[in-house]
Amino acid sequence: MTALPETREMVDPVPGAGAPHLPQRTQLVQLLTPEGDRVEHPEYSLEISDEELRGLYRDLALVRRWDVEATALQRQGELGIWASLLGQEAAQIGAGRAMAETDMAFPTYREHGVAWARGVDPLHVISLFRGVDNGGWDPVARGFNLYTVVIGAQTLHATGYAMGVQRDGAEQAVLAFLGDGATSQGEVNEAMIWAASFSAPVVFFCQNNQYAISVPLERQSRVPLYQRAAGFGFPGVRVDGNDVLAVLAVTRQALQAAREGQGPTFIEAFTYRMGAHTTSDDPTRYRLASELEEWKLRDPIARLKAHLSRSSIADAAFFDSVEAEADELAARIRSGTLEMPDPTPTSMFDSVYAEQTPQLAQQRADFVAYRASFEEDGE
Amino acid sequence: MTAQTLTIGKALNLGLRKAMEDDAKVVLMGEDIGKLGGVFRITDGLQKDFGEARVVDTPLAEAGILGTAVGLAMRGYRPVCEIQFDGFVFPAYNQIVTQVAKMHARSRGTLPMPIVIRIPFGGGIGAVEHHSESPEAYFAHTAGLKVVAVSNPVDAYWGIQQAIAAPDPIVFLEPKRRYWEKAEVDVDATPDPLFASRVVRGGDDVTVLAYGPMVKTALQAAEAAAEEGRSVEVVDLRTVSPLDLDPVYESVRRTGRCVVVHEAPVTLGLGAEIAARVTETCFHSLEAPVLRVGGYDTPYPPSKLEEEYLPDLDRVLDAVDRAMEF
Ligand SMILES: Cc1ncc(C[n+]2csc(CCOP(=O)(O)OP(=O)(O)O)c2C)c(N)n1
Ligand SMILES: [Mg+2]
Repeated sequence: MTALPETREMVDPVPGAGAPHLPQRTQLVQLLTPEGDRVEHPEYSLEISDEELRGLYRDLALVRRWDVEATALQRQGELGIWASLLGQEAAQIGAGRAMAETDMAFPTYREHGVAWARGVDPLHVISLFRGVDNGGWDPVARGFNLYTVVIGAQTLHATGYAMGVQRDGAEQAVLAFLGDGATSQGEVNEAMIWAASFSAPVVFFCQNNQYAISVPLERQSRVPLYQRAAGFGFPGVRVDGNDVLAVLAVTRQALQAAREGQGPTFIEAFTYRMGAHTTSDDPTRYRLASELEEWKLRDPIARLKAHLSRSSIADAAFFDSVEAEADELAARIRSGTLEMPDPTPTSMFDSVYAEQTPQLAQQRADFVAYRASFEEDGE
Repeated sequence: MTAQTLTIGKALNLGLRKAMEDDAKVVLMGEDIGKLGGVFRITDGLQKDFGEARVVDTPLAEAGILGTAVGLAMRGYRPVCEIQFDGFVFPAYNQIVTQVAKMHARSRGTLPMPIVIRIPFGGGIGAVEHHSESPEAYFAHTAGLKVVAVSNPVDAYWGIQQAIAAPDPIVFLEPKRRYWEKAEVDVDATPDPLFASRVVRGGDDVTVLAYGPMVKTALQAAEAAAEEGRSVEVVDLRTVSPLDLDPVYESVRRTGRCVVVHEAPVTLGLGAEIAARVTETCFHSLEAPVLRVGGYDTPYPPSKLEEEYLPDLDRVLDAVDRAMEF
């Protein structure tokens, strides 16, 4: 079974609710089938060179390797936790690569693929999960905000940022990332209302990976998520999130519409979280292994690889070179993690305010003196 | 006596089970509390045994959890809401502060709000942002809410049942880094009242007050102090709002010295309130000002620095020393 549930979808009834559930007609934008066949879509075409296609493959393979290495590092006690993007590489690379240099992204905590596409050093993401800082990159310079852990909060920030872009008359768009679970948050709904009301140049990019930790989508929505957009007054589209080409095409178009003043779009990237929610999670408690097996057949990387091989866009030498590059990246991430210095203790006092307060400065001084007292004691 | 060795987590689980058996109106609500049993497994097995109507995996919306709890309470239910982590209570803060807390007063007593808000709180587990907060002062500052913090399996087992049976809304703080601490729990015993503090170690020189995760730290400090010939009395406050300070006053009148310990930032934390009250009530017995040990006035730092931020044995001892030196 490789085809995604495409035309008629029954939204599972909420247990015990007893309300009728209408079958929903859904449209799934796809440009590359799970088998790796290139297909056309009437509304979304994609002009893409062979070189760009190989570049996308490289992105996908490298972020997966980064992810695998980070998971291993966590298992070895080098990271506090890791939120894996396994299975969502195409959604993230497609979205990240659709952005123009000057666009701005507002990620959750799982958007390592987008970070990669924005040129963020993987070690600057790793440092957050190692407990060294809250992310080591410059958000505005990178066009990639710091990760946001509080579910949904960033969608409002993205909307406000987009309102700023609009005031400035700039030709930029903003990409707000969120999960399927996040769509239930009040703040996310407020963001969509604001975005619609001000026709802000923001695109809501929802990775529907089917779960919010253990809670399946059915608990968050009884209609396909992309259909929510209609109620807010802007277009919604469901794209095959495991098809990097379709995600690229759909996101590009939505960002361009935003830049041109046509307001927001909601993109539902239909995908699957192939790993645990985080390294702290145990998915065997709430989902069947068979479900994962089914999704493995729609693996985002395998399908692009099949396409590249079959169309002779890439040969074995190319795949080998990507493999070698992935090994190097993994080694760099490993050594960079192990060598990463701990933060200096006083740093926690240093950027609380733009203007340090006398009270906090005093507390910092007391802290320094307190720590020094141990050294004097020779402890 | 039917004593069993339980962790705090398991004691809470059994306490919840008992409360659900005792009262069919008890409904558990929260994110991932059903099949998963909660991220800390506190509700493990409860959905299986009580069904999806009584153990509700909610949409991912904390304002929704607390807002609907108000309506359910009006219909005679007793919602027990789990907030997954301390830092995620804030989307629900509006409902808690403006609605849950005030409903009884604004309805002149006709609408009681027997809602329990369970929050795993505090740091020390090496987590990322927003998973290590100590928000108790926000709630203790709000009239209409009661706030308790358990420190051990016995209080966890009884406290959760007492909180559920109580008529007022209660923020029930669980010391997440101590979830795995064990003790004997006698399920046939007569529990201490919920809103009462307790002397957990006798001493003559200094009174150290703590609640939740810091009780263990305070006891360790008292142990270490004893080796240096200092006799430290430790009081587990247990209830943060209302405060039960009579045993504290009694203690401070004997020791003349008082140190308050909590993970929350010192400024305007519980220690400030307690210091004021102890000073007002025991002024003539005090040999030293009431000292506070707590988190710094910074955001909770990245986990590599949390050991620097959190009060530990040494910082408690340092305060004990300073109190003695006055
Ligand atoms: C306000 C808030 N509540 C709860 C959490 C705990 N939490 C972290 S991730 C998560 C599930 C998120 O699901 P979804 O939005 O689908 O994103 P995914 O993790 O699947 O990428 C929850 C409940 C949180 N981070 N923030
Ligand atoms: Mg999800």
